[in-house]
Amino acid sequence: MCVGVPAKIIKVDEYSAVVDVMGSKMTVGIIFIPEVKLDDYVIVHAGQAMSIVDEEYAKASIEEWRKMVNDRDA
Amino acid sequence: MIETLKQFSSSTISQALLKQIEQKAGEYKEKFGREPALMEVCGSHTMAVAKTGVKKLLAGKVKLISGPGCPVCVTDQKSIDAMIQLAESDERIICTFGDMVRVPGTNRALIDAKTDGRDVRVVYSPCDAVEIAKENPDKQVVFLGIGFETTIPVLAVALKKADDERVTNFSMWVTTKLVEPILRKLLNEGDVQVDGLLLPGHVSIVLGKYHYQYLVDEYRVPGVICGFEPAELLSGIYKSIELLLNENPEIINSHQHVVRDEGNRQAQLMIDQYFQVCDEAWRGIGVIENSGLDIRDQFIHLNAKSRFDIKAGEPKPTRCRCGEIIRGLIPPEECNLFAKACTPVNPIGPCMVSSEGSCAASYQYLREE
Ligand code: SF4
Repeated sequence: MCVGVPAKIIKVDEYSAVVDVMGSKMTVGIIFIPEVKLDDYVIVHAGQAMSIVDEEYAKASIEEWRKMVNDRDA
Repeated sequence: MIETLKQFSSSTISQALLKQIEQKAGEYKEKFGREPALMEVCGSHTMAVAKTGVKKLLAGKVKLISGPGCPVCVTDQKSIDAMIQLAESDERIICTFGDMVRVPGTNRALIDAKTDGRDVRVVYSPCDAVEIAKENPDKQVVFLGIGFETTIPVLAVALKKADDERVTNFSMWVTTKLVEPILRKLLNEGDVQVDGLLLPGHVSIVLGKYHYQYLVDEYRVPGVICGFEPAELLSGIYKSIELLLNENPEIINSHQHVVRDEGNRQAQLMIDQYFQVCDEAWRGIGVIENSGLDIRDQFIHLNAKSRFDIKAGEPKPTRCRCGEIIRGLIPPEECNLFAKACTPVNPIGPCMVSSEGSCAASYQYLREE
């Protein structure tokens, strides 16, 4: 039931948005993330966008892992 | 963005993290005389640790216990029987999430009702069921609303839509579950040794990190909110063991690119507006006080439980051990029916049907051929 693949926002209306999930398009509700913008990536669950994916935090996670890995190798 | 996220499954990062975990787990064993035991609370994590090979790779080093977070698996037999009974009418269209249709009730599953000509439809979103109601004004359309805190706000959206648009032939049969009461029960009873928790990535989108502080304050159990890709799972496990070694329980949000520390306020508000706390029956566990949400009295006109007179009898006991599996008491392999009488093609219990069930995960990815 839980869907994890991030979907890209390609059109925003008042209460809904069109997203692209790996090439297929669908309309999702945006009541939980009214601040969403074009080109944002969102996590969709059962037809509703639940969260906007924050690229800075995603990069920070990767950076943290790399550091952990390098620390070990050092 | 996608390029960034692809790195979450980078094998270089994952392999290095794996080595780090092995080292930390060794330190833990030296200090405490046994391997660290982490419970993955959510069904998607159970599936992810099996599918990515993380569980197999860590066998003998870190004990990963499946928890109570698969929504289909925790739904008790009587509720399932009631939902199937609900479908036994020509006047109704039953709409449901896909995982529910094959879950065996005492006598049959929803899919059997469908084969007999009842109108049972799988929908992707609960709002689709409201649309079906609008298209079929001469039928009663009922959505079977199961799920945890990730799904409950989505159910609220459908209730709002039906109420706002005055769709009088739509109602919802709700049996939802909350994460906190079941975790408290498991930790209070202490039947299973749980040192730390891998907290659910999706439920936490709604609840946020701060919600889990009771784990630290009242149980001194650490928790790490993590995602589902290999590097996320592994770093979550690593951080959990590190917290245990430092004997410094804390909640870490390791899924910050998706989960905000305060959760999703809009979703929380929608839950409060449409739902009220109720006692809920959990499979193999029984009723836990205040462990679920039902539709608020104010919206009782949308509650299928008051609209239809459905009374399921007491279900027959079965040899299915899903009730013990969802509490982490036994792994699927300990059920005598596992991979013999019970397989994904011929499931006996919900843990084998659901795409997030422990038995399905073990059958697909962990079985020794
Ligand atoms: S293997 Fe089948 S019968 Fe046994 S606990 Fe799992 S779902 Fe139930």
